[in-house]
Amino acid sequence: MHDAPAHAVHQHAAPTSFIRKYVFSLDHKVIGKQYYGLALIAVLTGMVLSWLMRLHLGWVNLKIPGLHLLSASGAPGDVMTPEYYLQLMTMHGTIMVFFVLTTAPFAAFGNYFLPIQVGAEDMPFPRFNMMSFWVTFTAFLVLISSFFVGDGPTLAGWTQYAPLSAVGAVAGPGQGMGEVLWASAIAIFCVGQLLGSLNFITTTLDMRTKGMSLWRLPLSAWAWFITSVMGLTAFAVLMPACILLILDHVAGTSFFVASNLVINDQLQPHSGGSTLLWQHLFWFFGHPEVYIAIVPGMGVVSHVLIANMRRPMLSHRVIVYSMGALAVLSYMVYGHHMFVSGMNPFSSLAFSFPTLIITIPSTILVLIWIGSLYGSKLRINTASLFALGFISLFISGGVSGFFLAQPSIDIMLHATYFVVGHFHLVMAVAAIFGIFAGSYFWFPKVTGRMMNETLGKVHFWLTFVGAYCIFMPFHYLGIAGNVRRYQAFVDDYLVGLIPLHRFITVAALITGAVQLIFLYNLIHSGFRGEKAPLNPWQATSLEWSTPSSPPPFDNFGGRHVVVYHDPYQYGIEGATDDYVMQDSPAQIQSVRDEK
Amino acid sequence: MGKILAVTIILIAILSAVPIVMHTWVAPADVSVHGHLIDEQMAETMAEAGIAFLAGQILLGLFIWKFSDVKPGARIKNFPGGAMGLVIGAFLLVGTEVLALGVFGVKAWSEVYFQPPAANAMPIQVQAGQFAFYFRYPGPDGKFGPIHPELINEGTQNLFGLDQDHDPASKDDIVTAEMAIPVNHEVHLLMHTKDLGHSFYVPALRVQQDFVPGLDVTLHFTATKVGKYEIVCTQLCGLGHYNMKAYLDVMSQGDFDSWLKQQAANQ
Repeated sequence: MHDAPAHAVHQHAAPTSFIRKYVFSLDHKVIGKQYYGLALIAVLTGMVLSWLMRLHLGWVNLKIPGLHLLSASGAPGDVMTPEYYLQLMTMHGTIMVFFVLTTAPFAAFGNYFLPIQVGAEDMPFPRFNMMSFWVTFTAFLVLISSFFVGDGPTLAGWTQYAPLSAVGAVAGPGQGMGEVLWASAIAIFCVGQLLGSLNFITTTLDMRTKGMSLWRLPLSAWAWFITSVMGLTAFAVLMPACILLILDHVAGTSFFVASNLVINDQLQPHSGGSTLLWQHLFWFFGHPEVYIAIVPGMGVVSHVLIANMRRPMLSHRVIVYSMGALAVLSYMVYGHHMFVSGMNPFSSLAFSFPTLIITIPSTILVLIWIGSLYGSKLRINTASLFALGFISLFISGGVSGFFLAQPSIDIMLHATYFVVGHFHLVMAVAAIFGIFAGSYFWFPKVTGRMMNETLGKVHFWLTFVGAYCIFMPFHYLGIAGNVRRYQAFVDDYLVGLIPLHRFITVAALITGAVQLIFLYNLIHSGFRGEKAPLNPWQATSLEWSTPSSPPPFDNFGGRHVVVYHDPYQYGIEGATDDYVMQDSPAQIQSVRDEK
Repeated sequence: MGKILAVTIILIAILSAVPIVMHTWVAPADVSVHGHLIDEQMAETMAEAGIAFLAGQILLGLFIWKFSDVKPGARIKNFPGGAMGLVIGAFLLVGTEVLALGVFGVKAWSEVYFQPPAANAMPIQVQAGQFAFYFRYPGPDGKFGPIHPELINEGTQNLFGLDQDHDPASKDDIVTAEMAIPVNHEVHLLMHTKDLGHSFYVPALRVQQDFVPGLDVTLHFTATKVGKYEIVCTQLCGLGHYNMKAYLDVMSQGDFDSWLKQQAANQ
């Protein structure tokens, strides 16, 4: 905890030129908004890709008007080719995992609110912070550019298993230049996230204002801190893996390609590489990535719920310890993606038990959330609806983990839609509900205006029911043995499942379209929304102590904030209101429960 | 609106469970010796996960119902037992539940992977490649001839890269595009890929195993019912991945013997 250094950062005056203020800004708030904007563009792109995929899965020979404009060879006569389906699928997964689920909950919200929540004026390395965004943006452009080169983007799936990803154009469309662009984009993305993580960690450890001990950090700040530690270690593994993959393409190396492979009757010039090496490196990043996507959601949802329950969580520390346990365990469980990969079957058991154990901190989190609802004074608004929806989705997505943690059951469910349903619910839809909860909750602080609650609630209801209509049937498909990553279902035992796929497609189209309500609400309210009071939710943490909404350049208008209380002083008996701000010097009997 | 959310959550939970309870969508019926262990493990997990799922959603719904509409002056109350009670509950209930599942699950896994194949198990080699499976039977000498990758050529139909002019063991090898096996006779599958990662998934047999480029992987199983079953690829291998399949024909011993003879004659 430091008293003064936070001042040093913003001692320079606020920038006035358009470029320094809005484009190459050093201000963590602008960078947070830039990340949010990038995530919005990415999520819309990813969603349109999922629509195209779903239409094709429902009706394989369907003409999708105008599709040939996206790719003449990928959609001759507006009908998607098998390879183009896989290319769109790969881009959908990559864009969503990296540029939405990592950027929005972590980089966007974290950038904007972490420094304010710790009482700092900015992050310690503002230039690194600016670089982190622009590097990430460059990564996005590089990835998108693969749509427009040669035979299009890679088709190897977001997991990019070698040697399909490593042997080059001989393996299929997109596996030449498209693949190199993918690996380059992700390597660049890793650099951005490493710079960001570094800033998040140092902000949390070194930039806390007077009185802000670690245990006084709000749960959202804890979540971003824990996520940044995961980010620093996980992306540091993915980046070299991607570089090795690029070298297999451009330098004739064979890191991931074994000897004596024959593709299209040609003996490949590689030798001595290991297919499983890629899988180990990828999942050593990949499983922590699941928690990089969801832990910020846990923090944000806790933060939003607390303000709307008018009480702290049953235990602040248990939530922090549980999120920390998830982060640590996430590195020990990654092998559950590889039970039937051909690695030693004893290893499968070794990876199975930590995977089963990880259900314990997850269960504790759910029980603390639900247990905290008990005896609360729950306010229902769009933000709290999305937060409650998050819990429901997290339970639904979590219990399917019981199945996938067991190697014996994985024999049946591996690579089926059961897995797709599991990870979409638990790391995608739940995380997106966390993003929505945070968006509706913090919008007044970021813009100074309120979002439209009626539109917000319509958005919630249709999205909540829609998400279940899409992703619950995925589990049924998986139980029936429906293999994922198929562009059509030609196997006898799969043909009967096509009507269920069509139901999912219709649900996905409707639920996707509903997101336009959110987009409209976001843009319209940003300009025309009702003026927001400074603290519309009567919340206690420091972001609600800034002198204006949006906060001034230095966040607290030159005031050196001092923190006197734990973050969530709600339900205070005898207080004028039922809450006391974190920086209020008022003497109160703390409601903290750690006795 | 809190009450509507509560009802919606509980309704979604119950409706989601209906197709599971009614067995609306199920895996193809098991036709293997070991498969019942996987099915039993699956059923047990379904029961326990199902209870956890319903209990979690219903509790969430009930609390939202009860506490979303409290009087303004009401006092905040704590859940009986507090956080510590819930933590202990999570460790005791879920901890023991999942660990028990894990321990019992080892049995099914070890049946497939830790038991060596029987001495009289019939060896069959399967080679995966974009986008087909090919099978090889060792012929009367019981030996597979060596593979020469540089000789693999689909154009000349030398699918396994055999050199029958120089390798005596290759001469009687029988290469097929369909896999036939005798019923109730253990098969020892020797798996390799000629190009990329693929997988061997036969839902009815309750087996799924990836092919690993550069590695020989083995699997053994016994089919218990005569019939035709689909073998599909589950490891994304390129544009034709969805169509990479073969049939597994489980036959009586007599039918199998004639089939093999016929195939040998066709070589």
